[in-house]
Amino acid sequence: MKEDKILLSHGSGGKLSFNLIKKLFLSNFNNPYLERLDDGAVLNIEGLKLAYTTDSYTVDPLFFKGGNIGELAVYGTVNDLAMCGATPLYLSCSFIIEEGFSLSLLKKIVLSMREASVVARVDIVTGDTKVVNKGAADKIFINTSGVGIVEDGVNISGSNAKVGDVVIINGPIGSHGIAVLSEREGLKFETEIKSDTAPLSSLVADMLEISNDIHVLRDPTRGGLSTTLNEIALSSKVDVEMNEGDIPIQEEVRAACEMLGYDPLYLANEGKVVAFVPSEVAPEVFKKMRKNKYGEESKIIGKVVRKSEGKVFLNTTIGGKRIVDMLTGEQLPRIC
Amino acid sequence: MKYVDEYRNKEIAQKILRQVKSLSKKKINLMEVCGTHTVNIFRNGIKKMLPTNINLISGPGCPVCVTPIRYIDEIIALSRESDFIITTFGDMIKVPGSTSTLEKEKANGSDIRIVYSTLDALEVARNNPSKKIVFMGVGFETTSPTIASAVLKAQKDEINNFTVLSVAKIISPAMKTLLDGKEVNIDGFICPGHVSAIIGSKPYNFITTQYKVPCVICGFEPLDILQSIYMLVKQIEDGRAEVEIQYERVVKPEGNKIALDKIKEVFKVVNSDWRGIGNIPLSGLEIKDKYGKFSARKFEVEIEETKESRGCRCGEVLRGVITPHECPLFRGVCTPENPQGACMVSTEGTCAAYYKYN
Repeated sequence: MKEDKILLSHGSGGKLSFNLIKKLFLSNFNNPYLERLDDGAVLNIEGLKLAYTTDSYTVDPLFFKGGNIGELAVYGTVNDLAMCGATPLYLSCSFIIEEGFSLSLLKKIVLSMREASVVARVDIVTGDTKVVNKGAADKIFINTSGVGIVEDGVNISGSNAKVGDVVIINGPIGSHGIAVLSEREGLKFETEIKSDTAPLSSLVADMLEISNDIHVLRDPTRGGLSTTLNEIALSSKVDVEMNEGDIPIQEEVRAACEMLGYDPLYLANEGKVVAFVPSEVAPEVFKKMRKNKYGEESKIIGKVVRKSEGKVFLNTTIGGKRIVDMLTGEQLPRIC
Repeated sequence: MKYVDEYRNKEIAQKILRQVKSLSKKKINLMEVCGTHTVNIFRNGIKKMLPTNINLISGPGCPVCVTPIRYIDEIIALSRESDFIITTFGDMIKVPGSTSTLEKEKANGSDIRIVYSTLDALEVARNNPSKKIVFMGVGFETTSPTIASAVLKAQKDEINNFTVLSVAKIISPAMKTLLDGKEVNIDGFICPGHVSAIIGSKPYNFITTQYKVPCVICGFEPLDILQSIYMLVKQIEDGRAEVEIQYERVVKPEGNKIALDKIKEVFKVVNSDWRGIGNIPLSGLEIKDKYGKFSARKFEVEIEETKESRGCRCGEVLRGVITPHECPLFRGVCTPENPQGACMVSTEGTCAAYYKYN
């Protein structure tokens, strides 16, 4: 039953997305930079290491508890640069706006982008505006690209995880996924859960100050923690083991997941980083993370246990053990 | 989380496991007939924690999985008609019909909306008075009272564009069919918690009296499941066959009268087709003629000829005769991204659980 159609699942960040990227995009655009399938490319230009990334933001609703599409468009791209170990410097910004969209809402979004760029210490230096016919786009889509500088000696990639690495996350997972879901038409429910949307560049800078030898940094956005860990395990060819009891999840998020039948391991995050750190430097890096505003709730959640084809295991709270797979298909409709 | 963490305690889990181990060395087959149990057994790694003589078999407990292909084709046919909005629980959207799925029809332009409750579907009807709204009435006795409530509310509020295409099912006749079929030796049933919260414990009495097979109504947390397994093994070792309620904090022997009354008011009991099992007498719920205007069966559509995926052994998986590994399509042709049968689609399907967690 193979079909010539793109389904929502192709954009969910799970297995279908992964296959689409590998089989269509990577096979056609193939080059050593893209091949790494990292959050951004680190280009070597006459001795200067330049990180370069892009992302499009289509979140629905545009405003949600704890954030909005504009803030997300700045922090998301800043974070992709930070995940390369780069200091983010400049962003571009393109708007695709549906005819009839409210100008005052657009102003609100732009103001929020301005504030976010001040917080994340980046300048928006180039851009583009397109207005399309009513119905040709859903309200507003934003694309941002960004560049940043990677210091010498920093070599971070999803394929660099090594046996013995300690896996650290900077705080509780899943709040963005639930915050957005709770405001979506047809699924509305009352909650105090706020999106975790946040810039991670200062946290990453703090971590790199302790050691240049951080192996992997990834932000578990679409597809959640499980999908991110699976991607890293696959590209580094290692097995990762997590302890269920160590994974930080807010009470409210857990309750919402229990109620709705979602697995928090697959929920999107917008202010989280998963770090694979050599065990020798892990305690110091962890300590430093805890001191940063965006890392106060950091937790060690697992470790790299062996070389293999790349699987993720979970030691369950009650003493069982199971495999954690990538997200297959779409758990939630469009989230970011 | 309060009231949840208490049921996920490692020390207590180990204690129950030791007790199960010391209680019996016999080879024991226990069947769960609820998809949520199947998933929680896998999610918590319970199967591998149990002593090797205790074997858990997944039965026909996932409503998505037991829904016949013809029904999917029927809803797909309706979705292709103009002026229709199909509302459904998320799980149904990927279930393959003979040649298509609702997900693909959505990509082709059909108006298909995922809702979290039947009452949300009713809201869609209220907000779209010029459209015909069909809710996919799939589920066991946990879902049917909510469908009945929506029909009663539609009647009261005169929302006449709301309809339900019902294939709601009753679980206990399917358990009888499995026992009569004798394809698999079942020593005890882990009975569904939420279904039983509605129907109570009486509908299982025939299983213990006529078939002498112990039943325990079980909650959904890991310790609930382990305790229920202990209670079943204890019954087997004691030579008893009774309906016991482990999930006492939710299930009362008499069930939920209000919910049962609503089911009785709106539905009539009919013979029903179960995917992989066939037609089971008096195992389905159809909307009574009295509420006929809310039944989507009033729409006449041409339904394509039913085609089963070749080689798919969902039926045997649903009856607990084989494990997914024994199906030649499993993991090769049949994956969650490209499911051949319903057991791979639903998050509560046996094949999906084996694929995801094993």
